[in-house]
Amino acid sequence: MLRALHRWPGLAGLVLVTLLALSGAALSVFPAIEHLAAPQAASTLSVGELATRVQQNYPGVEQIRRAPSGRITAYWFEGGIPGAAVIDPATGAGVAPADASASERWLVNLHRQLFAGDTGRLVMAAGAGFMLLLSVSGAVLVARRMGGWRNWFGHARGGTAARLHVELGRVAVVGLVLSSLTALWMTASTFGLLPDEARLPRYPAVTSGETGMAPDHIAALAALPVAGLHDLGFPDPNDPADAFTLRTGRGAGYLDQGTGEVLAWADAPALARVSDTVTMLHTGRGAAVLGLALGLAALSVPALGLSGFVLWLAAWRARPRIRGNAAAGRAGTIIVVGSESGSTWGFAATLHRALRDAGQIVHVAPMSAFDPARYGAARQILILAATYGDGAAPAPARGFLERLGRATALPDVPVAVLGFGDRSFPAFCAFADAVAQALVANGWTMLLPPDQVDRQSPQDFARWGRALGERLGFALDLVHQPVRPATHELTLVSRRDYGAEVQAPAAILRFAVPRAGLWQRLRGRGFPRFQAGDLLAVLPAGSPVPRLYSLASARGDGFVEIVVRKHPGGLCSGQLVALAPGDSIRAFIRPNPGFHAAGGRAPLILIGAGSGIAPLAGFIRANARKRKVHLFFGLRDRGSDFLFAGELAGWQHEGRLARLTIATSRGAHPHHVQDALRAEAAQVLAMIRTGARVMVCGGRGMAAGVADALADILAPAGLTPALLKAEGRYVEDIF
Amino acid sequence: MKSPLAALSLTTALVFPGLAVAAPVTFATTLNNYGGDGAYLALYLTDASGSYAGTLWLAGGKSKYYDSLSGWYRATGGDPAQIDGITGASVGAGRTLEITLDLADALFDAGYVLHVDATAEDMRDSPDDVAVPLTSEGAGQPVPGRRYVATLQYDR
Repeated sequence: MLRALHRWPGLAGLVLVTLLALSGAALSVFPAIEHLAAPQAASTLSVGELATRVQQNYPGVEQIRRAPSGRITAYWFEGGIPGAAVIDPATGAGVAPADASASERWLVNLHRQLFAGDTGRLVMAAGAGFMLLLSVSGAVLVARRMGGWRNWFGHARGGTAARLHVELGRVAVVGLVLSSLTALWMTASTFGLLPDEARLPRYPAVTSGETGMAPDHIAALAALPVAGLHDLGFPDPNDPADAFTLRTGRGAGYLDQGTGEVLAWADAPALARVSDTVTMLHTGRGAAVLGLALGLAALSVPALGLSGFVLWLAAWRARPRIRGNAAAGRAGTIIVVGSESGSTWGFAATLHRALRDAGQIVHVAPMSAFDPARYGAARQILILAATYGDGAAPAPARGFLERLGRATALPDVPVAVLGFGDRSFPAFCAFADAVAQALVANGWTMLLPPDQVDRQSPQDFARWGRALGERLGFALDLVHQPVRPATHELTLVSRRDYGAEVQAPAAILRFAVPRAGLWQRLRGRGFPRFQAGDLLAVLPAGSPVPRLYSLASARGDGFVEIVVRKHPGGLCSGQLVALAPGDSIRAFIRPNPGFHAAGGRAPLILIGAGSGIAPLAGFIRANARKRKVHLFFGLRDRGSDFLFAGELAGWQHEGRLARLTIATSRGAHPHHVQDALRAEAAQVLAMIRTGARVMVCGGRGMAAGVADALADILAPAGLTPALLKAEGRYVEDIF
Repeated sequence: MKSPLAALSLTTALVFPGLAVAAPVTFATTLNNYGGDGAYLALYLTDASGSYAGTLWLAGGKSKYYDSLSGWYRATGGDPAQIDGITGASVGAGRTLEITLDLADALFDAGYVLHVDATAEDMRDSPDDVAVPLTSEGAGQPVPGRRYVATLQYDR
């Protein structure tokens, strides 16, 4: 909802708000120039003294005006010719031409009314309204993204466009809110919607009939400092019925030209002063520095607009396309999708198409639109639910469980739940499980037992489709090709080979980080940030299915490093170990936030075997803050496949690695990492008691062995691996 | 800019002896290229004694600026009843405002003076930019203005 309040006004008002902001930014320099260029009056100078000085220089003076910037302008007639000049208050003489430059007038007309009179004013006011709406909704979104207003200036995450959008927006928002609010006030004032008009009173019926009093002898003018003046009109000396016209910040009235007496006076309404202040804040006239600051804030608008547009475009491109979606009331099969990303929607589209091909009438809806009361013709409901991070519901599905609880169950319409998630997270498909439980608790019947799709696996999905088709009585062949992220070309910089002597050839491959232009980075097409533990998805020649390798480096290291062990007959590993420096591969980064070392001072127990050393080596490489790290490393032979041997020694020397335990499986005393763990049980338990986090990377068998060993080690302390997992203190990356 | 309402308003605002005879009169006010935004103009009449007699036209949409038409504002106090139905848009620099009104013959050669007050944003106020007596001979003769008005001409 809030996102829509930000997105749609942003798109609709993109051009208008940008025009408004750019013209405003250009105008913001004029008050500063004017303030510097215009001679300022001494604070002790009175309007009476100033008027007399001007009158001595220009006997035909008709009016003097003071702009909020302090600039004083006089208008006169000399021999029937009109004249005007900016006045030096110290002398009363003209020093510069009076009228605004054509460029400034052009900009003002553009900024204020698009050269289209009152219609243009209303359009520009709408632009200011858009800007206000965008600023406020944007601020709330930033606070939400940062995890609260307190973290307003916290570290912004995401791609280049997202970070640019947040980082510029959170600084500029104050200026943009001030500019847009004051703009709306000024528009209301211009259209007479505010009772803020300082008007002259009725002209007096009677004057003294005398003429000729010098302004500096008129008490009301002698007592008025120049700073309080708006304008002063001079009377016609040949017309005794004429009078001085005075406007100040406090009001307006007429003064007798023979006696100086105040003939009539009207106080300005209280709102007039508010409007004066609002005008000063908006234009910077009288507050030039503020004006420049607002101009700078406005300059961010084109960048905000462009980055926002890029973000929207990327999301729009990734949106699911469901063709021929039937109406909810007509459909026999209802597909309900809860997903934050487009990937689950892609599966939904495949399912929709396959069911339609099988002759079904199918309706697809997001979880936020789930409404059983409308499903009059439904025979079954299929729920596809994604899970994020630690078991949380995806944003569009929040509130789904509550809605489910309120809705009346349709006992004749069985439901199937398919969870989408990542088995490497502790709470794999937890949200889907919660949905299935809630359905049963609310009296729904299940069509199929709950099932899961791990990491967008097409095989898992096809298997579920076969089960579903069997249950429905027709063949359902779900062929889903997940949408792959754009790949990058990575060029090999260097390679180090190990393990040939022990029949376990492996290599540490180091690739250069691909360079991307600014436009690519803005569109999110640059090579993303990554850190050790994230995955490099490599597309081997001859297969569309990417193979995943744990990264041993972070973006900050300036290279992409993986460890590859050659599997007999392995397509991808075979191609990778055959690479020579200068050769390149196609790959993309897949974030793996569940297997990051995370911040904090808690000690780390890293356990890895073979090529599973890769992310662990990366964690140690990144451990500049020297938190306590104990590495258990299983290999075959110290002399052959001791990956990172030199680096590990160096890191130990630097304090990045506190302790290294090696387990070798060949030789006189064959020994695995789980054996090494048991041998150092006391040490391991002590570290876990002080809050240590256990991170395991390697093959399935090794991980199972480690889990068993840990269970034994933890038992005396009343702890279990499951307990540690629940706390996020025991994570595995298994291949 | 023809306005039947204008004639109606004027005839109801101004009460003259022997008003029966009236004829259309065209007022053409041409502005200088004074290099500013659209000008506000007030066209009004004073009688032989110099007293305000009525408004013919007020060009300019926002009443908050009317007190800058200082001569007219003094005469009327900005009374909206004086201009009901006889207002229009402001007039751009170099443009001509042309209005046609049914004006009583009795207003000519009787000491009535036509005044034009003018003003524009961030520029001077110009009361009596033009002040010209309404006479039979004056009809068709362009009269120069002081600041904003290049010429004013009325034709019977």
